[in-house]
Amino acid sequence: MIENKSQEEQGIKGNSRRDFLKKSSVITAIALTPAAAVKASDLKLDERFSDALEQQSLSIEINGQQHELKVEPRLTLLDLLRERLKLTGTKKGCDQGQCGACTVHIDGVRTNSCLTLAIMHDGAKITTIEGLSNGTRLHPMQEAFIKHDGFQCGYCTPGQIMSAVACINEGHANSETEIREFMSGNICRCGAYANIVNAIQEVKAGGKI
Amino acid sequence: MNNFQYTRVKSPATAITELSKNPAAKLLAGGTNLIDLMKYGVMSPDKLVDINRLEFSDIKRGQGTLHIGSMVRNSVAAADATVLEYQPLLSQAMLAGASAQLRNKASMGGNLLQRTRCPYFYDITADCNKRAPGTGCSALEGFNRMHAIFGASSSCIAVNPSDMNVALVALDAVVQVSGPKGNRSIMMADFHRLPGTHPELDSTLDKKEIITGIVIPDNAFAKHTTYLKVRDRASYAFALISVAAALEMDGSTIKDLRLAMGGVAHKPWRLTEAENFLKGKTASVANFKLAAELAMKGAKSYGHNDFKLKLAPNSIIQALKTASGVKA
Ligand SMILES: Cc1cc2nc3c(=O)[nH]c(=O)nc-3n(C[C@H](O)[C@H](O)[C@H](O)COP(=O)(O)OP(=O)(O)OC[C@H]3O[C@@H](n4cnc5c(N)ncnc54)[C@H](O)[C@@H]3O)c2cc1C
Ligand code: SF4
Ligand code: FES
Ligand code: FES
Repeated sequence: MIENKSQEEQGIKGNSRRDFLKKSSVITAIALTPAAAVKASDLKLDERFSDALEQQSLSIEINGQQHELKVEPRLTLLDLLRERLKLTGTKKGCDQGQCGACTVHIDGVRTNSCLTLAIMHDGAKITTIEGLSNGTRLHPMQEAFIKHDGFQCGYCTPGQIMSAVACINEGHANSETEIREFMSGNICRCGAYANIVNAIQEVKAGGKI
Repeated sequence: MNNFQYTRVKSPATAITELSKNPAAKLLAGGTNLIDLMKYGVMSPDKLVDINRLEFSDIKRGQGTLHIGSMVRNSVAAADATVLEYQPLLSQAMLAGASAQLRNKASMGGNLLQRTRCPYFYDITADCNKRAPGTGCSALEGFNRMHAIFGASSSCIAVNPSDMNVALVALDAVVQVSGPKGNRSIMMADFHRLPGTHPELDSTLDKKEIITGIVIPDNAFAKHTTYLKVRDRASYAFALISVAAALEMDGSTIKDLRLAMGGVAHKPWRLTEAENFLKGKTASVANFKLAAELAMKGAKSYGHNDFKLKLAPNSIIQALKTASGVKA
């Protein structure tokens, strides 16, 4: 994997061996038990060891709740939500920006949480599907999805709903064609598209959001 | 993803210093391309320099120009009233790219530098001169349906995947950059490279430089612009072929025009010969056909992408018809 890096990525030609050693030691470190890892770093087995496992402070509000966290820079916002905070409503489909299942609102703006790092959003307010309802009262878009059968398996649904709310807020829900175009970032393998469009049109017409 | 160091910078100078200090550092804008490539192991920078808080977020009018900061999100620029009034072609091209969510993150600078979608570039087990110089090009004899028909070399036949870039090259945009030696401006036509023997280099930007903004000179094209994108599905797919057409009409005469194509070369491809031919001529399907023929001179396909030799001229003609309003 590392050997395949181009010279460009390596930056300097002669750096590749050191680079490889550094990264392989990180891989080893991750494979070690925590106790052994701590011992290894105490012994300064590798100067970069602790760097690589470096955690940085992140202050982030999620669904109205403030979190003070320490995170590795490589943690995506999606993995923070699902793996760290157990907010598993947001789904991981492709993990590559290609399906929209991971769509959340960052400061009100819909975003693919799989292609953004948690650490980039220090100070931000995140809304996930869990934060959309008002207590046990469902959001109008959630109700409309139920009424119109806007799903089958339901896997894409949290992303669809987050995207649909934003689609109306952005002013891009004025016709079926416009809705289809501006919802194209959310793929549904069950093909519930027609019902999803109906749900969005109803919420838009109802003027409740 | 390999781990890396992360730093958030508050000034362009700090960003440039970070790049100068560490040749294996990369700037992080929206992250929609870089983080994707890092997950695949295609790129693995030691350090990410987050430029999201830099104040390159303005869209403003200058003297006879429109300036768009490099951190302006594609969704914001595409919906901006000034952009729509002065450079609607740019808005059309950006809206044809990616999805609403991705455009909310994608920045002008990041879009300029997004890397090719050649599947072998992404597959770290495949030979690829762009990713690993000297290993060979798997696409030449491989699955090359998305690949170039102009300006390719035996080292690489990849295409630049951006829609925005096609509009920018048509509109004679200028990329403004800042580096250790100060500021400079790069004409959009010179910003991206042809692969030659160094396909690992996509652009002429120095590793230590940061893009600060894009400047587009005013023009009289606003009423007659079209961005035509042909792709495998109606939305949310990269272009097989795209055409940016901008015309200034005087009755039925084409007073001035700009034409560029995407999905055909390692850089957004300006169709200068076709432009020169059409300038001053009557807008007619017959003339559009002749222009498309000129534009296709020197095209070469590689097997799976043979269809582009037909699709490209047809797309040029269609885009010109739409932009000019000529029917038959
Ligand atoms: C599923 C999917 C579909 C897509 N479809 C399309 C499509 O149809 N059409 C299309 O055009 N695009 C498409 N895209 C690509 C998308 O437009 C790009 O990912 C986006 O524009 C990159 O911008 P960014 O700010 O996220 O860049 P980043 O990922 O942050 O950066 C990309 C590169 O640019 C460099 N960089 C960023 N800003 C600067 C700066 N100011 N100065 C110097 N260097 C800088 C970074 O170091 C990095 O190397 C798609 C992407 C995905 C994931
Ligand atoms: S076309 Fe370019 S990017 Fe694709 S395999 Fe060949 S060298 Fe790599
Ligand atoms: S999981 Fe993020 S777009 Fe598919
Ligand atoms: S409901 Fe099954 S993927 Fe959309």
